[in-house]
Formats: sequence, structure tokens, C-alpha cells
Amino acid sequence: MRLRPGLIADYRDDVAVFRSNVARFWFAVLLVAVVVLGLGGTLPLIPGLVDFTLTGDLLLIAVTAVFASIGAIGLNIVTGFAGQVSLGHAFFLGVGAFTGAILGGTEVTRQVVDLSTGQFVERTMLVGYDLDLIIWLPAAGLAAAFMGLIVAPVAFRLRGLYLAFVTLGLVFIGEHVFREATVLTGGVGVGRPTGVPSLFGLRFDEAGEVFGIFLSKHQKLFFLGLALLVVLGFVAKNLARSRVGRALAAIRDRDIAAEMMGIPLARYKMIAFVVSSFYAGVAGALLYTAVGQLEPGSFNLLLSIEFIAMVLIGGVATVSGSIMGAVFITFLPRLVKWLAGFWMFGFISDSPTGGLVTLAQMELILFGGLIVVFLILEPLGLYGIWIRIRNYWKAWPFSY
Amino acid sequence: MTQFLQALVNGVSLASIYALIALGFVIIYKSMQVLNFAQPALLLLGGYWVLYFATVWGWAFPLAIVVGALFAAATGVIVERTTLRPMVGKPVFAVAILTIGLNTVISVIALDLMGVEIRQMGDPWGFGFVEFGGLNIAHRQIAAIVAVAVLVGLLLAFFKYSRLGLAMRATAFDQEVALTQGVSVSTVFALSWAIAAVLAMFGGVFLGSGVGFERSAAVTALKALPVVVVGGLDSIAGAIVGALLVAVSETLAATYQPEYAPFLGKGFSQLVPYVVMLLVLLFKPYGLFGTKEIERV
Repeated sequence: MRLRPGLIADYRDDVAVFRSNVARFWFAVLLVAVVVLGLGGTLPLIPGLVDFTLTGDLLLIAVTAVFASIGAIGLNIVTGFAGQVSLGHAFFLGVGAFTGAILGGTEVTRQVVDLSTGQFVERTMLVGYDLDLIIWLPAAGLAAAFMGLIVAPVAFRLRGLYLAFVTLGLVFIGEHVFREATVLTGGVGVGRPTGVPSLFGLRFDEAGEVFGIFLSKHQKLFFLGLALLVVLGFVAKNLARSRVGRALAAIRDRDIAAEMMGIPLARYKMIAFVVSSFYAGVAGALLYTAVGQLEPGSFNLLLSIEFIAMVLIGGVATVSGSIMGAVFITFLPRLVKWLAGFWMFGFISDSPTGGLVTLAQMELILFGGLIVVFLILEPLGLYGIWIRIRNYWKAWPFSY
Repeated sequence: MTQFLQALVNGVSLASIYALIALGFVIIYKSMQVLNFAQPALLLLGGYWVLYFATVWGWAFPLAIVVGALFAAATGVIVERTTLRPMVGKPVFAVAILTIGLNTVISVIALDLMGVEIRQMGDPWGFGFVEFGGLNIAHRQIAAIVAVAVLVGLLLAFFKYSRLGLAMRATAFDQEVALTQGVSVSTVFALSWAIAAVLAMFGGVFLGSGVGFERSAAVTALKALPVVVVGGLDSIAGAIVGALLVAVSETLAATYQPEYAPFLGKGFSQLVPYVVMLLVLLFKPYGLFGTKEIERV
């Protein structure tokens, strides 16, 4: 069968991660290209490539994009594969982020005057345990997954649309808790540093040599994220083609029919929710490491909507689509800024008040507008566009 | 006791605003099974039109309301025609997410028009209030309660006695059957969006009258979503009962929580609608008055 790449003869071929060696080859090429893109500036051997490398702020955005991709895959598991709309992704990202910061961060204490005795006492301002990345990163995922496990039974007593509301409530309750638990989160407007990404003494947040190549801290984080993304991406892809994945697809397509076929709805929905929360926790813990500071107010409804936009614009129920969407949405602010430089987009102003619309407003309009446009015109998202372009060239010049 | 009654009065006036927004939501859900997350944005935009006509152009307030309502209705119809119509027959989730996108876009436009400062509505009520048995009842609160009672009465009469109201009820019951009986379902869709947008506009007007209209109105409008869930997505009576329940618990929490349960943190009353929603859903998965979905295989 391997001789005819387009031929799908049995189920095993249909659900294979790579349908042919050609696909395998191009995946390897893509991976190498991304690695070269990340190394770029430090590879003196290929001076011609330097123009295409990610440097400065582009690299910072790329780091965020990689971590956001993990979160987007997580949301896609519950929304795309299982068909349950969750507006609560920001809450799980927040749980992961603060768990990571608490376990991996440093304790901050301050001398304060005890008013009853008049003595100076040591008071803990921020809780921190200085643990290694190998502990705090999985712990962040597990903490978020545990929250998912607690919420899921309440959430899945409800059919369909009511779930969107429960998760909406979750975001607001979570935001309130993050704001008020100042000893854990640092409080509104102040926040706290993220967990220190240090793996067995290898610091990802400091520039330094790795295997004889000098890497900046953003490059190190980029490769950390890329490695995680590849692993978690394959895990998600394999989950989708396993027994669990088929059950989730059946629930998405028609839950009553799925139940009739003997699929326990509550259990599989719970699995989807917990796995999705785990991804969110991991993504949340790392999302702000490049910036280094967490702010409790940032885990709000808008963040959830951003992730929904990633999933929708990228492609529902596809892993590669989630990544495309996450990269696209993360680069969008930068794209808007770049567009504002051209005369025909002069109405976009980069001052916070002037012009017809400001950069931030244009960004939001694009978020919302793209969600609407993609839902109406291309429900399969960027992934669907890619498939159509590929099919066009596959049959070229007879593609009509 | 006075404190309690005062909280109750504030709760009822807040409930009237929630009820307006929630009713628009229920009407859209009943007619086309669409969750309309864009309601807060429609409230901002509608409120802005009234504010603009009444203060910038200096029109009489009733005239500003009438013209504002026309603008709001037009917004609703345009939104429905351009974005919701192509989605007929698509999964309900997709449409719900689409309205979230719409909310983002329309909010940005409305907020850009409004600017950052708190703006007066140009309403005749201002800060005036009457004292009654130790209670301070603001004129705007009375205006809100009376106006909502009248509006709801008019709406119910419209559904019960007019031909279009009958058409809307028929569509809510079964779209295809209504279609075969000669009901123009597309008119019903457009009309339900127009009504929802106008109701949201009134919500904005009463939210902003007296104290001033500002960006945080959108946060208040969002709290009408738990109201709808508490009452049941497709129940008009539920929207009103839910609004009372949620708003009164919210104002009671605002009055008593800082004193009796300070560990819950500052501004906990803002969360109360969501907490009430979760509690109700724990025991009644379809809300207090919502139609239970019947599973057939």
C-alpha cells in the first residue's frame, strides 16, 4: 500500500498520524525549518538565512506563540474533539500559571510592624517554594486538571449550551479569587514573578551556552516550548485516534446516539475536560515566563475569547490547526502594528487616544471580526484553507 | 430593618435593568435558538445613541429615546441580516461563538464612540430622590421599575394579541411548521433582534441615567447572562423571576457581605450572580422555568 500515497485502504491508514512517508518527510523539514528559525541569529554558517531569523520582539512573540499553541490544543480537545464550548479556559490557564509561580517561585518576606506589640515581624508577602521545572511544570498541569475534575461533574450534569454559562461563571469566580488571594498571586496591578524555569540547574530564563551554542534566554524558552509542543501535540493527535478520541467525536456529532452505542457520556466528557485543563495548566505556567511577570487581572474573559479565536481560526478538531491559529492570533498585534505603518492603513493610530482607531482597538476588531468571518465563510479555519490550497496544487493543472 | 428594605428596593430596581437585558436574550433564544452573547455590546451602543441625541444634540429626552430606539432596532436588524442569517442551520455552538465575536467588535466601536469619561445621559431624573419611611428611593429607580413594568406589559400584549406576536410564538414553537403556515420566519428573526436591541438600549438608558453612563455598563450587562440561566433560557417569566432573584441577592450581598463575611474579599457582590447561577444549575439543570429537553432515540 505504501506505493500509492493517496490510497487509503483500511482504517489504520485513515487514522495514521502520518499517512505516507512524504508527509513524514515534510513534517521533518518543517521541524528543521522552525529549529533553524529559532537558532538563526546564532548560526554564523548560513549568513544568508539571517534575514529570515526571529530576532528581538519577533522571537519574544514566537515564544508566546509556542506556549499558546499548547493551550490552544488543550481547548481544542474539549471544544473541537468533544464539541463542548468552554469559556473557562482562562481560569485553567490561571490555575496553572499561579501553581507554577508558587511552586517554582521564590518566597518574598517583608519586615512589618505588628500593631499589637510594636515589634518588627517577618510577614510572608508571596509564597514560593523554589522547586525545579521538572516538578512545578507537571504540578501546574495537574493542579489545573484537578480543578477540571472538580468542576466537570457540575458542568456535565448540563446539556449543551448551559455549559458555556457555567464556564463563564468560572472565569469570573477565578478572576475574583486570583485578585483576592494576594499572598499567592501578588494582587491586582502588582502580580508576581513567574516560576523560575530551571531544569536540573539549566536556566531557561538566562542567556548561556547549551551544547556549545550560545543561546539567548528567549531562544532557550523557544526550544523548551517547541520540545513540549511536539510531545504534547503528538499526545493529543494520538488521543484523537484512540478509543477515547472516537468516543469524543461520537459525543460531538450526536450525544444521544453516542449514549445509545454504549458510550458513557459523563466519563468521556470528564476525560476531555481534565486533559484539556492539564494542557491549559502547562501552557499557563509557561505562557508568561518570557515576560517574567504574572498579573492576576490578565486571566479574564478576553483571554478565553482569544483562545476560542485561536481554535476557530486555526481549525476545529485538528492539532495542526490549533497551532496555526495560536501562531496567527499571537502574531496579530504585531501584524496590526506593522500594517499601521502603511499609508492606506493610516487610520490606525499608534497613540492610545488619537486617530480613528488605536492599535489595541484594531486588534480587538480583528479578533471579533475574524471569528465572525471564519465561522460564516470557512468553518474549517486556516487548516481548511491549507487543505484547499494543497488540493488545488495536487491536481494542477486540472484543478477545477 | 431599614438597611434591609433599602437593599431590597435597590435590588428591585437593579432587577428591572437585568430583566430588560435578559428578556431580549430570551426572545432571541426562543425565536432562533441562538445564544446572544452580543447583548452587552448592543446595550452600550443603544445607550450611546440616546446619550448622543440628548446631550450632544440637545434633543428632548423622550425624542432622544424614540430615535435611539430606531437606531438600536436598525443595528439589531443589520447584525441579524449580515451575520446571523448565513448561520441558519449551523450548530448552536458555532452561532454562540459567533455572537461572542460580534460582541467584541460592536463593544470596541461603542467604547470608541463613548470615550473614557463618565457621561451624563441627559435624563430628567438626575440625582433626585424621595424619602419614604426612612428609605431613599432615587427617581431613576422609580422610573426604571415603572418603565420596565410598562414595557413588559406591552411586550406580553404584543405576543398575545398581535398577528406578528402570534407569528413569533409559532416560530418559537416550531420553525418549519410556522413556515408552512405562511409565517415569514425571516421577518420574525429580524423582529426578535430588533426587539432585543431596543430592550438592551433601555437597559443602557436606565443603567446610565442619574449616575452617568460609562464603560463598566458592559460588565453589568454581562451579569444578565446568569439571570437568563437562572430563569431558564426560554422562559419570559423565568427572565423576570431570575432577574429579581439575582439582583436582590446581589444587593443584599453588597449590603451585608463586607460586614459579616469579609473573608470573601472586596467586591464579592459582583460575583453573586454567577454563584447564584451555579447553585441553581446544581439542582435545576434547565433553570427554574426552562423547558426540559426531552431525549428521543
